Amino acid sequence: MTAIDLGLPEIGGLAGVPTTDARQTAKDFTSDQEVRWCPGCGDYAILAAVRSFLPELGLRRENIVFVSGIGCSSRFPYYMNTYGMHSIHGRAPSIATGLSVSRPDLSVWVVTGDGDALSIGGNHLVHALRRNVNLKILLFNNRIYGLTKGQYSPTSEVGKVTKSTPMGSLDHPFNPISLALGAEGTFVARALDSDRKQLTEVLRAAAEHRGTALVEIYQNCPIFNDGAFDVLKEAGERERRIIPLRHGEPIRFGADGEYGVVRDAATGVLQVRKVAEVGEDAVVVHDATLDDPSYAFALSRLGGQDLDHTVTGVFRSVSRPSYDDLARTQVDEAKAAKPADLGALLRGKDTWTVA
Amino acid sequence: MTADVGSSPTVSHGTPAPGRSAEVRKLDRVVIRFAGDSGDGMQLTGDRFTSEAAAFGNDLATLPNFPAEIRAPQGTLPGVSSFQLHFADYDILTPGDRPDVLVAMNPAALKANLGDLPPGGTLIVNTDEFTKRNLAKVGYDGDPLEDGSLEAYTVHRVAMATLTKGALEETGLTKKDAERAKNMFALGLLSWMYHRPTEGTERFLREKFAKKPDIAEANILAFRAGWNFGETTESFAVTYEVAPAALPTGTYRQITGNTALAYGIVAAGQLASLPVFLGSYPITPASDVLHELARHKNFGVTTFQAEDEIAGVGAALGASFGGALGVTTTSGPGLALKSETIGLAVMTELPLLVCDIQRGGPSTGLPTKTEQADLLQAMFGRNGEAPLPIIAPCSPADCFDAAVEAARIALTYRTPVLLLSDGYIANGSEPWLVPTVDELPPIEVGFATEPNAPDGSGEFWPYLRDPETLARPWAVPGTPGLEHRIGGLEKAEGKGNISYDPDNHDRMVRIRQAKVDGVAVPDVEVDDPTGDADLLVVGWGSTYGPIGAACRRVRRLGMTIAHAHLRHLNPLPGNLGDVLRRYRRVVVPEMNLGQLAMLLRARYLVDAISHTKVAGLPFKAEELQGVFTEIIKGVAA
Repeated sequence: MTAIDLGLPEIGGLAGVPTTDARQTAKDFTSDQEVRWCPGCGDYAILAAVRSFLPELGLRRENIVFVSGIGCSSRFPYYMNTYGMHSIHGRAPSIATGLSVSRPDLSVWVVTGDGDALSIGGNHLVHALRRNVNLKILLFNNRIYGLTKGQYSPTSEVGKVTKSTPMGSLDHPFNPISLALGAEGTFVARALDSDRKQLTEVLRAAAEHRGTALVEIYQNCPIFNDGAFDVLKEAGERERRIIPLRHGEPIRFGADGEYGVVRDAATGVLQVRKVAEVGEDAVVVHDATLDDPSYAFALSRLGGQDLDHTVTGVFRSVSRPSYDDLARTQVDEAKAAKPADLGALLRGKDTWTVA
Repeated sequence: MTADVGSSPTVSHGTPAPGRSAEVRKLDRVVIRFAGDSGDGMQLTGDRFTSEAAAFGNDLATLPNFPAEIRAPQGTLPGVSSFQLHFADYDILTPGDRPDVLVAMNPAALKANLGDLPPGGTLIVNTDEFTKRNLAKVGYDGDPLEDGSLEAYTVHRVAMATLTKGALEETGLTKKDAERAKNMFALGLLSWMYHRPTEGTERFLREKFAKKPDIAEANILAFRAGWNFGETTESFAVTYEVAPAALPTGTYRQITGNTALAYGIVAAGQLASLPVFLGSYPITPASDVLHELARHKNFGVTTFQAEDEIAGVGAALGASFGGALGVTTTSGPGLALKSETIGLAVMTELPLLVCDIQRGGPSTGLPTKTEQADLLQAMFGRNGEAPLPIIAPCSPADCFDAAVEAARIALTYRTPVLLLSDGYIANGSEPWLVPTVDELPPIEVGFATEPNAPDGSGEFWPYLRDPETLARPWAVPGTPGLEHRIGGLEKAEGKGNISYDPDNHDRMVRIRQAKVDGVAVPDVEVDDPTGDADLLVVGWGSTYGPIGAACRRVRRLGMTIAHAHLRHLNPLPGNLGDVLRRYRRVVVPEMNLGQLAMLLRARYLVDAISHTKVAGLPFKAEELQGVFTEIIKGVAA
């Protein structure tokens, strides 16, 4: 089922979640609620991609849960005919952590945005990643606050002029991929709302991953930050800027694959060069399974705020025990070692009797 | 002078016990305070003496008092740590206002505590620490042991460190390590003075230092050396006996409030046949509940030490959504951080147990001291109309019942419930009549399993309510056919979809309030033995002991007084209004600036007198006795 062979660990992300043989379609995952995003919002494309890829997993619908925070993207659960919780600003990863730890039979998804995940909820995001809870986090990044009507976000480029920054924003933005890798996220990927094929591939790989999977999805806000990612969509520009990753393949891009990613022998820094100048052998072959996150981090540094280059696909997918599995194992081991005798617990070791 | 009943301790003179050189006197109660440097092990010493008193069958109450700093500068006043223990041959309500015996391990401990020792009290001093330098450190010009300033007391000067080092000479321990056992010397001496059993302490030390048998033996040697010092020297002419108390029959153990609270949470999970999920972030004085629960995973308890207070309650709520008993434990500042998530729990109507072990505030305040100033935060500390039930235990052992009761309400009514304990009962201990597990009523949870739409559509309406409790169905993920979405946005009555309809919002706000108002709580009982008191004292939470002890004193003076103690702060008991109107005066003592008094005045238009103190320590019975008698005299006049 995994489109990209990443040499995943034996225990899949969905192990323990009940499956069904019944045929499912996107319609089965569509709730009766009217979708209320603005016309042209990138969220529609992501919703469609999720609805139509979920049937492939063959999971029982009632065992899928979407948890979100606050923001435009966080309305997502209402539109899915699964269990869902639209929680509070930034806190979805913590709520999903409690759910995931207590319920191994659920496939738990977090839907969040750049403000929700990286500003008010930054703490919970990095701790979910470090713990490696079995959660799939979809971070819709439109580089703006939409629901509060257009203030700059922690991924907005420096100098962004918005209602709250009439003279331009001052703060340096987060690169969500770098941040996730800094927290040693075990699965970190990026996709574009407009590239349905790659988005679906990445979602599939995320679902199969045991542990926290962070998927950053570039998403256009047509009202407050329209065209933020246009340069990645225009023919001619797109090929020159997007660096797609495929595990086990040389990292090449350009209309004719004329560019490649090479490693500077002296500094170890990754750079974009013309393949014709450096030779095919110099091009780095992508390995998402490298345990040391430095390589994936270096990949995340290719390209900057101006999107001169944008790396997409799975940066990193490594195996590390998930927190929820470990927490349940401790409980199971404790149960096996000592019967739950409430009377004995309450009495304790030192009692006396009054006759 | 310090007895709960307002009398001097009953003393009967006797002859030396067989094999004992000193005269034995029988007392009905004693208050001992161990005081020393934070590094002197005073809490451990007090704990052990408490265990001995408990094992002997006395009734008891304890008051640990320690600084927030783990090791404040040695020998200074801020570094003093103390443990007060009251034990008696009858049922007592408080750790005692003042000690009868003060053990002072250094000049700082003497200076910080002497003011509480009444004239005639016994003072046992570790003379080794009374050096010029240590005396100067705490501002003593001369040596109080020599300058006659302690004439009012019976002073025992004991070179505890020297004697301990001497006793451990042959163990091969360094002098420094040997000296550290001096607290066990003090414990041994006091154990001899009060005829305490010793086997328990020796067993405890062997277990505690199982991995360091030489340290275990050193402590036991020091403990025995203290005992033998009392027995063989002639400095102590009298020893004392406090007979076991005549408590109701049954099996007892000693328990602190935080342990009882943790056990109540474990029991609630068992009674409801639900896994327990605790999401928590370490905070004084609540951390011990996390520590205790972490040890009981075999009961299906998962403990999650979150990255912050918000994540702790968030994870607990997520677990509740998944069908577990979600619990979070904290203290005041943490409760402030959790308020938004508690509001979400109010809106999503999911069970959640929130335990606030109150401490001195505002802000960081007094982390290790007690206060009950979070009542209004519990009541109103969320945006919007966000009512929730509030329960407050009244003693360490009562924390067990309060936790079970809080969980029962949370699960029955699908609501967050706030339990308000405080530092005094959390760390204090008392004997607990251990309940019989089979007699604890089970908690019926009743997950939703079927679609419930009244229109026969076969849909599931997550906000359709039980007509009796107004609780909504708890449909957990994994239940086929009941897929639904909940969240913080206002819900349409019944169907539960997002609704911005003005009338619906007005209705839903009132329904949420009505649900909490309708929580079944028992009538408040009034302790009014003569039935003709003019003054009613209304208290809540940990003031139960001091108020009860003060009422006993007032009655011993020949006056009448009534006491009603509130366990349920929201909703308040149905008979409370009638009770309040029955008395000519009502006084409400609180360790805040009158929070319950404000609620009672607003709710019942009763002209309640608010008596308040926020000193970080519990009320003294003596002080409340004075307040009550003044009011009674005023009413009569």
